[in-house]
Amino acid sequence: MDIKTKITPEIVKEHGLSEEEYEIILDRLGREPNINELGIFSVMWSEHCSYKSSRRHLGKFLTKGKRVIQGPGENAGVIDIDDGDAIIFKMESHNHPSYIEPYQGAATGVGGIMRDVFTMGARPIALMNALRFGEPTHWKTKQLVNGVVAGIGGYGNCVGVPTVGGETNFHKGYNGNILVNAMCVGLADADNVFYSAAKGVGNPIFYVGSKTGRDGIHGATMASAEFDDDSEEKRPTVQVGDPFTEKLLIEACLELMATDAIIAIQDMGAAGLTSSSIEMADKGGVGISLNLDKVPQREENMTPYEMMLSESQERMLMVIKPGKEKLAYDIFEKWELDVALIGKTTDTGRLVLRHERKKVCDIPIAPLADDAPNLDRPYTIPVSLPVIDAADVHETQDYDDALVRIISSPDIASKRWIWEQYDRHVMADTVDSSQSGGDAAIVRIHGKNKAVAITTDCTPRYVQADPYMGGKQCVAETWRNLTCVGADPIAITDCLNFGNPERPDIMGQFVGAIEGMNEACRAFDYPVVSGNVSLYNETNGVAIPPTPAVGGVGLIPDLNFIATLKGAKEGDTLILIGETLGWLGSSIYLREILNREDGAPPPVDLEAEKRNGDYVRKLIRNRRVNAVHDCSDGGLAITACEMAFAGNIGMHLSAPKDCSTHGWLFGEDQARYLVAVEKNSVNPVISTASAKGVAAQIVGKVGGDRITAEGAFDVSLEGLREKHEAFLPELMS
Amino acid sequence: MKTAVITFPASNCNRDAAVALEKITGVEPVMVWHRESELPQGIDFVVLPGGFSYGDYLRCGAMASRSPIVKDLVAKADKGLAIAGFCNGFQVLTEAGLLPGALMRNKNLKFVCRPEKLKITNSNSRYTSKYGSTIDVTFPVAHHDGNYYADDETLNKLEKRGQVVFRYADNPNGSARDIAGICNEAGNVFGMMPHPERAIDPMHGGTDGINLFKSIIESI
Repeated sequence: MDIKTKITPEIVKEHGLSEEEYEIILDRLGREPNINELGIFSVMWSEHCSYKSSRRHLGKFLTKGKRVIQGPGENAGVIDIDDGDAIIFKMESHNHPSYIEPYQGAATGVGGIMRDVFTMGARPIALMNALRFGEPTHWKTKQLVNGVVAGIGGYGNCVGVPTVGGETNFHKGYNGNILVNAMCVGLADADNVFYSAAKGVGNPIFYVGSKTGRDGIHGATMASAEFDDDSEEKRPTVQVGDPFTEKLLIEACLELMATDAIIAIQDMGAAGLTSSSIEMADKGGVGISLNLDKVPQREENMTPYEMMLSESQERMLMVIKPGKEKLAYDIFEKWELDVALIGKTTDTGRLVLRHERKKVCDIPIAPLADDAPNLDRPYTIPVSLPVIDAADVHETQDYDDALVRIISSPDIASKRWIWEQYDRHVMADTVDSSQSGGDAAIVRIHGKNKAVAITTDCTPRYVQADPYMGGKQCVAETWRNLTCVGADPIAITDCLNFGNPERPDIMGQFVGAIEGMNEACRAFDYPVVSGNVSLYNETNGVAIPPTPAVGGVGLIPDLNFIATLKGAKEGDTLILIGETLGWLGSSIYLREILNREDGAPPPVDLEAEKRNGDYVRKLIRNRRVNAVHDCSDGGLAITACEMAFAGNIGMHLSAPKDCSTHGWLFGEDQARYLVAVEKNSVNPVISTASAKGVAAQIVGKVGGDRITAEGAFDVSLEGLREKHEAFLPELMS
Repeated sequence: MKTAVITFPASNCNRDAAVALEKITGVEPVMVWHRESELPQGIDFVVLPGGFSYGDYLRCGAMASRSPIVKDLVAKADKGLAIAGFCNGFQVLTEAGLLPGALMRNKNLKFVCRPEKLKITNSNSRYTSKYGSTIDVTFPVAHHDGNYYADDETLNKLEKRGQVVFRYADNPNGSARDIAGICNEAGNVFGMMPHPERAIDPMHGGTDGINLFKSIIESI
């Protein structure tokens, strides 16, 4: 692709541009674009960069709140956590690359999300990931799990940011299109946050980091198309990660940020040099002129087209204050990073590129952003699957067996094999992580007695059965999980993974899920501050289960008042907060025991969620509880087992009063928490609950080394733990 | 008492080490950049921190062991300077020839991060004297290349001279004779794969590591 390439209708189509889109380009330029210009329009208007199918719907989200410093629209969201501290975070997908090349795809996903965070002036302090693989028996699954986990670990471990939690699901719906969503949380000074607006004319533009190679060209376009049987051929479009350079970039950027030298900074992510320079110019209301001969290059004879579309990793673009150039050079040279002055901001409002003394691109910047397509795609929100009455669901005749099968099923089984490959402790502030199997990770703010709580959640089977209710549930579950450790939930980031938006039913899933999520956000005053949309997750016309992964962040103001699921003690009483009807629709029990994936998901009553959650948080802060665990996948029985494993102590559940036994033990009614309390706290906990209109009942006790449920199961803790731990090591051996 | 932490490109436990040293000595350690050719005056104890110096793209620790500052450390180790390397720091010490043996890829080829039970096998060393009669301790491990190897003759010598200071109770990486930490013959240079610097805080990793720092600092 060089400047002489003739622009034919085929070339336009290959660039993923529709005829109408091409007409707009002709109109705005007043002439035919050259190949460089076409490439730039193509990536900027790709689904991945322009959010053309989703933009109008994302606009409905609650994005403001009293702690929000920066909502969506920057590299990441920024929230205020008091004392001059700010937390900067975002979640992002790297699905297609990870399917094609699992190690590098996942590794660069982690690298990319960290850059989004430190670009804004934050030191990354925690990583999370939400992974969805195909069914365990699928021939590709094992290889993908191996590669993705090694890639996430390989990158995060080397950079030295702890990977503190996440979630992993397996389902045949992901056989041809796995999901790798990575989240990064960083800590910054609230009054020293950096943005991407390149304000001011005549300011120098610096390129820092790895050299530009031919990797990842058109990655953004790939992320905007469906997969087919030939997708493996797209392997060369996957980027290669270099965590060593990333680590140096973090240290160098933070060192420079501590001085007063940076006007604007942007990482080169999807669509590399193109989107970073255009976003900076567009937000700053300036033009940009770049001399591509100055761009550090890894390979010979790279064309402007290749340089502008390369997605080589670990690169940053920054506008430096005039007069501070030497300071910048010195710092980057100390860290042995490539640095080059490649251009300046201008007053033309145009992106002008020069290469070998010729002008190879000259286009107005505004249309790239302002005229990006904003589609109103037709959609039909699917109606919920019908409600199933627990009485119509077959009751197992062997509860011991049912419990063992559920506890060792792919989604419920221990993920130790995964998280033992992640450094969870580096930076020495991890108070709680995947290691305890808790509801949310707890990461201390360095040198202080406060912490952030972090969780990621999504229950795709609920969203599949009813996008609206499922969407609501994803947000509610993160809110509940943060509450479980004693945090005040503050804000979320999301990663909306769906199929082909050109299909009204898929678009309907998307719109429905957003409506449900947004309703929950508003009920909890829990805004969305950043996120990412990943569409076209399908292979040969079959879409993935709709998966709006949500990453929630909360504040623990005082680390002396936290809870985890670990602390249950001999003789404690188990109290269940929240109401149990025995909801079995779309439950794990239905899927794992009866092989059925049907029924409406459990309804989410946002008022009850709020009431119950606020009460549990109060119990934690009044030190009324020894252990707390969210009651979710697998119901009360699995919640009790997880509390037993974490505390290494037996649990005994009593028989239900007005509920079927299988609905009682495995029903997935929402807004529930299992808490373990000492004898003398039982009465106060129950009576205060009743005064506040919170449902609370004694459901059992803690002690011994068996896990039992009256009239149902009786198994040894150690035996059950073995089953819980066995799934992944057996799969991966 | 003056301490120092060496920082290589992509060291990542330098802060963890600094926090530990400050907590134990009450004084902030000096952070020394790897390109320095000499330690600042009057340093009593040096920590080589964990991490992935130079990305560990070559053998772990190999590039770092050629840094200017390590040359100075080698010279000063001969004169008795107390030097400890944890994780990547241990790898650097073996690559620099300050400790015998080598750290190879973990036996199962995977990175491993978990709290690891260890046994103190020499309670009289300069790094363990404060543990008294305590034998069992738990430190976190987090490494990909912690499989300690040395030939039998070397291992026999190490054992005979009491240079094997810590062993794994449940070997996580295939290390020869379950070796987790060793010192040199003089006892001033010490390396281990587990992270005592991440075990100094009841809220994070426990407190079993505190006595290791107290031991060496008191011995100076």
